[in-house]
Amino acid sequence: MSGRTPMLSNTPSSGSAPAARPATPNTVQATLMVAEREVTTQVRSKSFLISTAVLLVLVLGGIILTSVLGDRLGGGDTKVAVVPETAAVIEGVDGLEAVDAADPEAARALVESEEVSAAVLPDDDSDNLLGVVVVGLDSAPDGVISALAVTPPVELLDESGTSDALRYVVSFVFGIAFFMAAMTFGSTIAQNTVQEKQSRIVEILLSTVPPRALLAGKILGNTVLAVGQIAAIAAVAVVGLVVTGQDDLLGMIGAPVAWFVLFFLVGFVLLAALFASAASLVSRVEDTGPVLTPVMMLVMIPYFGVIFFNDNDLVLTIMSYVPFSAPVGMPVRLFLGEASWWEPLVSLVILAGTAVLVTGIGARIYARSVLRTGRRVKLSEALTKAA
Amino acid sequence: MLQLDGIHRSFGDRLVLDDVGFSVERGKLTGFVGGNGAGKTTTMRIILGVLTPDSGTVTFDGSPLGDDRRRAFGYMPEERGLYPKMHVLEQITYLARLHGYERRTATEKARDLLEKLGLGERLNDPVDDLSLGNQQRAQIAAALVHEPEVLVLDEPFSGLDPMAVDLVLGVLQEYASRGAPVLFSSHQLDVVERLCDDVVVIAGGRIRAAGEKEALRAQHAAPRYEITSGGDMGWLRTEPGVRVVEFDGGYALFESDEAAAQRVLRAALDAAPVQQFSPVRPRLAEIFRDIVRDEERHDDEPATTKTKEPVR
Repeated sequence: MSGRTPMLSNTPSSGSAPAARPATPNTVQATLMVAEREVTTQVRSKSFLISTAVLLVLVLGGIILTSVLGDRLGGGDTKVAVVPETAAVIEGVDGLEAVDAADPEAARALVESEEVSAAVLPDDDSDNLLGVVVVGLDSAPDGVISALAVTPPVELLDESGTSDALRYVVSFVFGIAFFMAAMTFGSTIAQNTVQEKQSRIVEILLSTVPPRALLAGKILGNTVLAVGQIAAIAAVAVVGLVVTGQDDLLGMIGAPVAWFVLFFLVGFVLLAALFASAASLVSRVEDTGPVLTPVMMLVMIPYFGVIFFNDNDLVLTIMSYVPFSAPVGMPVRLFLGEASWWEPLVSLVILAGTAVLVTGIGARIYARSVLRTGRRVKLSEALTKAA
Repeated sequence: MLQLDGIHRSFGDRLVLDDVGFSVERGKLTGFVGGNGAGKTTTMRIILGVLTPDSGTVTFDGSPLGDDRRRAFGYMPEERGLYPKMHVLEQITYLARLHGYERRTATEKARDLLEKLGLGERLNDPVDDLSLGNQQRAQIAAALVHEPEVLVLDEPFSGLDPMAVDLVLGVLQEYASRGAPVLFSSHQLDVVERLCDDVVVIAGGRIRAAGEKEALRAQHAAPRYEITSGGDMGWLRTEPGVRVVEFDGGYALFESDEAAAQRVLRAALDAAPVQQFSPVRPRLAEIFRDIVRDEERHDDEPATTKTKEPVR
């Protein structure tokens, strides 16, 4: 093959000016194209699809499992065998469901076959003031006894809206959802940034689009993916709760979840800028560890914070205003009913302001270090020296 | 015409470019020659706006080069870079779109170009799966897909087989013949010698020589002649005005002026049949070595015997 013959016959062959050039895309258009590439590349990668599918299945499975286990562990109504004489004792008692048996023998048989948790039978003993006896299998059926017990009314001076267990579980779920999504997509941004630097395509890209557009596109693309994944998890959770008949819980967490998605959106932009600019300091994927460690710590703060301090109101209040932990702290407080209506708005404004500021600094670091290959660029250099 | 003036640039404390200035004319292939670390890549990155100079200007057709104008440049970086996992066609299409072509046009242009570069069969393969030579072709496509007004290529020939060299060469010559300034760097001096019209020599961050290749040759070396005769040429050593460079029986390479050379030829013809007599143009590699060495001596006074390892 002779390379000397003109081979680009689609281009003007001699002397003339090149064909009319299309208008140069502006920063916004360039950003969108970069973001589109980030999204399509990621969405098409097998590992992303598989990990997302696994995550969704886990969430759905978890919800179904709690529903099933919940029934087993006393979440649903406890079945109690009754004979016609004792049916009135059970009637109207919360948490107990009467199973009619013809006579005491039949009721005992139901207990033995474990079809019911207990049986309530008439007792002729004159010492027994109640006139009924509770029949259990191998231990006293506490649930049934306490349901039947007569207790004086209780007045709480400091009423907690939610049970400790639920409080912990919901905090944990918000914490881990944030942690997982921020970690996954933050690392993806960091990886892509270093990979572009390592493969040197960044030189071609930067001779075509401004660094701002490149960084913004990266952040935008991965934010769309991360929020999309969070929204998908939220959707699956809602569907799961409705299908398994736990929609009463939905009413409690619906609004906090919506706030969580909103906070996550803004909070992730902040983290993405940190991940990208930190990663731009190094030249090889192998070197990302040390520069990303501080950012990883920031991601872990809200996660561990809500796990260890979910019963400490002061810490939670502080967390709900500190930008890095607000995406988890504020929804948890909203769920606990401890935040006034204006608090999430104030916190969101603080978070958004921080995100704008940090993204600005991040863009500066990114633009100045993304072409510096070789040894790691010092943060101070990246901030002060011209590109 | 692309013109650089007074470009300075340092990284940290190290001055990498020191008052760099030269021009790249339209319609000419300009070779950019220098050793490792001489400043070639930094200069090219500055032309492309990928780096900013500390001081100095780059102008194109007399007006300062702005980002908009630069978008129309084609650039091939020294270290080849494409997304390793992205399919070839997609990748080139993406770059065309970043240059402003809408999706359909961009895809068509990318497909046409890749097919012409012999990658028609590999359009949907990831870049990673291509051989090095084919990756290079994809890289050329990346530099050309938007029909650049100016081509700047950093080491376009390194690591290429002869066929691929011809391929790249064909593209460069075609662009030059259309009136586009073409600048390429190389440390393969024989390639530069064969291809380019103008040469810019850089060493230690400074431009040591710049201009037409032929003028440089004439300027930087005494004329040399080569003669092959049937008889012994030993008498040449005593000939006035002649300095023998190489000698082997009937063959001699010598420096002299035109008149002395003619005199030598006549004398040789009288003595024995002459098989060959011709002027020898010094090779670019030799000029390059001389320029760099002279400058170094000049720089490091008193003169030392230290010579920079010539880079070929």
